[in-house]
Amino acid sequence: MLYIKCPHCGMRPQIEFSYGGDASVKRPELNKEISDKEWDDFVYNRKSLRGKHLELWQHISGCRQWIKVERDTATHEIFKTFKADEEVV
Amino acid sequence: MQKYSIFNLVKNAFSNHQNWDLAWKDPEPKEEYDVVIIGGGGHGLATAYYLAKEHNITKVAIIEKGWIGGGNVGRNTTIIRSNYMHDENGLFSEFGMDLWRKMSQDLNYNVMFSPRGIINLAHSDAQMNVYARRGNSMRLNGIDAVLLNREQVKEIIPMADFSENVRFPIFGGLMQPSAGTARHDAVAWGYARQADDMGVDIIQNCEVIGFDVSAGKINGIRTSRGNIKAKKVGLCVAGSTNILAEKLNMTLPIETHLLQACVSEPVKPVLDSVVTFGAGHFYISQSDKGEMVMGGDLDGYNSYAQRGNLPTLQHVLTEGIAMMPFLSKLKMLRTWGGIMDMSMDGSPIIDKTHIDGLYLNCGWCYGGFKATPASGWTFAHTIAQDRVHELNAGYSLNRFNTGHLIDEKGLGTKTWIS
Ligand SMILES: Cc1cc2nc3c(=O)[nH]c(=O)nc-3n(C[C@H](O)[C@H](O)[C@H](O)COP(=O)(O)OP(=O)(O)OC[C@H]3O[C@@H](n4cnc5c(N)ncnc54)[C@H](O)[C@@H]3O)c2cc1C
Ligand SMILES: [Zn+2]
Repeated sequence: MLYIKCPHCGMRPQIEFSYGGDASVKRPELNKEISDKEWDDFVYNRKSLRGKHLELWQHISGCRQWIKVERDTATHEIFKTFKADEEVV
Repeated sequence: MQKYSIFNLVKNAFSNHQNWDLAWKDPEPKEEYDVVIIGGGGHGLATAYYLAKEHNITKVAIIEKGWIGGGNVGRNTTIIRSNYMHDENGLFSEFGMDLWRKMSQDLNYNVMFSPRGIINLAHSDAQMNVYARRGNSMRLNGIDAVLLNREQVKEIIPMADFSENVRFPIFGGLMQPSAGTARHDAVAWGYARQADDMGVDIIQNCEVIGFDVSAGKINGIRTSRGNIKAKKVGLCVAGSTNILAEKLNMTLPIETHLLQACVSEPVKPVLDSVVTFGAGHFYISQSDKGEMVMGGDLDGYNSYAQRGNLPTLQHVLTEGIAMMPFLSKLKMLRTWGGIMDMSMDGSPIIDKTHIDGLYLNCGWCYGGFKATPASGWTFAHTIAQDRVHELNAGYSLNRFNTGHLIDEKGLGTKTWIS
């Protein structure tokens, strides 16, 4: 069982959360010309890093907020968690 | 190479089986190959075999970072089927079913292919309709499919829960009678032995750590045991695809996730087909040793851990017990996990790349074991001829760009969300 520290609620077991994937993916700016390649990268292409990975989780059975989690995809160590709109440092 | 036969078995008995040939050699890497296949799993080994057998290309090396068969080919639950609705998947997999039926003879290795049938259970009228549609599509592609009603399912699996007041009553199911299971290790070893015999170098304990690419063309690979030149390179690294793609400056429509499986203690024969639960993700069969072999959902978040987490296992087994209550009496013998190359539409990629001489085989999700022969056969063709075969034309990398996704399960673009 992973334990994830929700920045709003504190330490909670993983089963209260659902996973939302790579948090570093940015939606293209809609007010400028967007190439097919940019859409591809946004919708489909993922680095899927081995090691430190910044990802989205939703505290679905808690406060229902989306949060960002910095986790190691090989060891499952969780380094830091952030609110969704918080700058990652 | 000595043939495996009853006569050779008897003959070797006289020398206490001390004089059998090695099944494959342990060569030092050569300086250069015509084709280097990265990854000694089922797909890599099968590709090398068909390169040699079908295309007469034998200056081939398989480069494996661990030992052959230590990846997913030795970790899967061995279900073999072609019960797909879409043409691309159906025709490709049915071509594979033919290769499975001939495999033990072809490889002179008993892969214990057991066409015991697979039943996908339905738990509502709506689900029965969906299965009828899929079954009809299968039959149009020449694949066997039978729609079973509740009574017919009960005859085959009386141990399932057929009581009236369950949360997910069994309405019926879709059966592919020719589907089944095989011995996964034997598949890897059988392909390895024959490939080796035809001159392929199987190089284990050798990790690929980089590529030598210049002017848009591949020239070789860098490994933990030195550089190797190659005219062509094929990637068959399943759950490690993203790691090598990064070294090629490619980002792929793939994420690496963890899938677990488990077996119970061995019991007397009780289940003679493969059964999947229709109201969640759980499947079960019984091995020749008597263990109940079970699996289901991914752990649910990107993972390279090769070992699983208990909440998912508990969730999956809860579904199993809902379907077959007797399972709750069994002790768990073993659990394990494998890292999976999950593609964004749930279908694989077997294609050329933008780099000349570099070929890609990945995105196998839950179903790459059954694809082993067809994948090896079509990938060998793609590499040898430098063009895709019609069987793998749909498995292109640029389908994500053109919108020609093969979304078999209706799960949308992220197969790991389910
Ligand atoms: C628990 C579980 C259950 C499954 N059940 C089924 C099932 O019932 N039916 C089915 O059809 N499929 C199933 N699958 C999927 C199937 O096992 C895989 O899709 C398939 O085995 C992948 O192809 P492969 O055999 O070539 O992969 P692998 O055996 O994983 O081969 C890849 C190889 O590449 C090597 N490698 C990686 N990186 C490098 C590197 N840098 N240098 C050199 N070598 C490298 C690895 O060590 C590995 O040996 C299951 C998978 C799992 C994990
Ligand atoms: Zn919370």
